[in-house]
Amino acid sequence: MEAKNAIISVKELVKKYDDFVAVQGLSFDVYENEIFGLLGPNGAGKTTTLEIIETLRAKTSGEIIVDGFSVDKNPQDIKQIIGVQLQAAGYYPNLNLVELIELFAGLYGAKIKPMEMLEKVNLQDKAKAKYKALSGGQKQRFSIATTLINQPKIIFLDEPTTGLDPQARRNLWDLIIAIRNAGTTVVITTHYMDEAEQLCDRVAFVERGQIIALDTPDNLIDQLVNSGFERKKEVKKANLEDVFINLTGKEWRE
Amino acid sequence: MNDGNSSSPLGTGGYSNTTATLALAKASFRSIMRSPSAVVFTLAFPLIFILVFGFLGGGGTRIDVGVKPGSDINNPVIAMLSKTGMIRLVMDKSQADFDKLLEKGNVDAMIDVHKKVNSVAYSVNVVYTSASRDKGGILKSVLNNVFYDKTLKPTVAEIKESTITGREYKTIDFILPGQLGFSLLSTGVFGTAFVFLSLRQTLVIKRFFATPVKRSSIVIGEAIARIGFALIGALFIILIGHFFFGFTLVHGALTVLNMLILGTMGIIVFMGFGFIISGIAKTESMVPPISNIVTLPQFLLSGTFFSIEAFPSWLQPISRALPLTYLNDAMRKVAFEGSGLWDVKFQIMILLIWGIVIYAIAVKVFKWE
Ligand SMILES: Nc1ncnc2c1ncn2[C@@H]1O[C@H](COP(=O)(O)OP(=O)(O)OP(=O)(O)O)[C@@H](O)[C@H]1O
Ligand SMILES: [Mg+2]
Repeated sequence: MEAKNAIISVKELVKKYDDFVAVQGLSFDVYENEIFGLLGPNGAGKTTTLEIIETLRAKTSGEIIVDGFSVDKNPQDIKQIIGVQLQAAGYYPNLNLVELIELFAGLYGAKIKPMEMLEKVNLQDKAKAKYKALSGGQKQRFSIATTLINQPKIIFLDEPTTGLDPQARRNLWDLIIAIRNAGTTVVITTHYMDEAEQLCDRVAFVERGQIIALDTPDNLIDQLVNSGFERKKEVKKANLEDVFINLTGKEWRE
Repeated sequence: MNDGNSSSPLGTGGYSNTTATLALAKASFRSIMRSPSAVVFTLAFPLIFILVFGFLGGGGTRIDVGVKPGSDINNPVIAMLSKTGMIRLVMDKSQADFDKLLEKGNVDAMIDVHKKVNSVAYSVNVVYTSASRDKGGILKSVLNNVFYDKTLKPTVAEIKESTITGREYKTIDFILPGQLGFSLLSTGVFGTAFVFLSLRQTLVIKRFFATPVKRSSIVIGEAIARIGFALIGALFIILIGHFFFGFTLVHGALTVLNMLILGTMGIIVFMGFGFIISGIAKTESMVPPISNIVTLPQFLLSGTFFSIEAFPSWLQPISRALPLTYLNDAMRKVAFEGSGLWDVKFQIMILLIWGIVIYAIAVKVFKWE
């Protein structure tokens, strides 16, 4: 964090779908080895922005550099150093998880042991299962496993915890923190503010394709408090989620 | 196949497109082998037809051919006709009787053989009947394919010569190449159309695009798997036909190899149709109807079950425009007449032209997302 080397730099990014301007001049940097959160309401342009950085969508204008590579000139180089979890994606039909990981290993040109990848997301017991036969949370975990195959410098997670139970969510946070501690930069979107607060070093709030705030969660909260904001109700020492965790334990669920 | 990706920032060495292509081929092959519809279309359907015709046909379709009163009967032409095992010669009837039988289709054709004046050659006159067009057509192709011998050449300048004589032409010899062609057609068209449409719609391809894989690797990988699968199916069909139903393979393994090479050309052309369909179909349920527009006419009109000679003359130009017609034709020549690939260069050329046209369209209408 001290060095603050920008590994991703987005300048004046604009994306138009026909007449509709989904992204209106976004600029931000993601620093090396941080967990960067993109927050904002549905349709704000988070997925659009991520997929442009991931070289999956064409931008209308602007400049994006990822680890020294330009999305216009070196998309192939970018693809080799990033891991991508899409908000919506499918996997090759009729294959089990091990075979899917083998396929991705081939596509990335990476030499890995499929079982080790599955162990990282606690899916070793499902090694022979088809992707279709997984629960929603297991699918998310599998998607994250596929982002790690090429030992990427940066991973992009688009709503990785949507649909997960509280344990799975917390365990995924641990996994994401472990990935970051291993030297990977993480860019994540989420609609859970507690998650962003726990996980992210910095967050950008996006609304209607524009950044309306960008700072560390702490600073943003302090700013709000300093402006005289107060919660309506005194907060209890625990919330319903704590009850859930307390009742059902901390382990991953099948 | 390596290009542009040699500078891996991870220092793990260059990125290999070949590895990616083969990984995809392997995945696709596994997936095809587990997909019931692929197995049914490629193997079960053709085998069922072969079983049905194999048992029904036994020694072959029977064609009753009347021998015109007064015709010479002690000549090599008649001898060879009776040797085919497929043709029953009907003799000892009056011309008036034959006229009636022909009219009703109770005999399928009438033949008249005469020694040419001042010549050792014979002149052969065949009268077909519209009451039995299909069998007449088979007879015609039997005559063409099997019967005319080099020694008879001067007499039949108007009919194409053939190098094979007197070999028993069984139903299986006609049916199997047709079924093989149909198997390749349906695997190529349906399989390719479904897989690319569904990979696109279920966002599998989108996820692929987030990896360094090239588009060409995706197409080639899929093609390798599908061609491999279709050829294994073809080999299986040929071997079952040969060992259980006496399918004729004139030069044994070499003939099989030639058939597989032809099969590869066929499936590549047919996959082109599949690419086009995957581009124009909006949903998976649109794939079967559009595919049927491509496969049904070829299934019916390309000589899968009947020689196209059996069709009314206005239909024949349509038959002769279809690629499967030429694949079937080439397969039969190779398998039964023992032709080499060079002998069927005309058929191969037509397939090639179809290939060029189809892929020119496919490149235009194929969609990645
Ligand atoms: N392919 C597309 N064609 C046209 N408009 C699109 C397309 N993709 C997204 N949009 C529009 O662009 C806007 C931003 O969409 P985007 O998916 O980036 O939002 P998001 O911030 O990821 O929302 P969510 O939180 O719901 O995932 C939306 O209004 C959406 O309707
Ligand atoms: Mg989104």
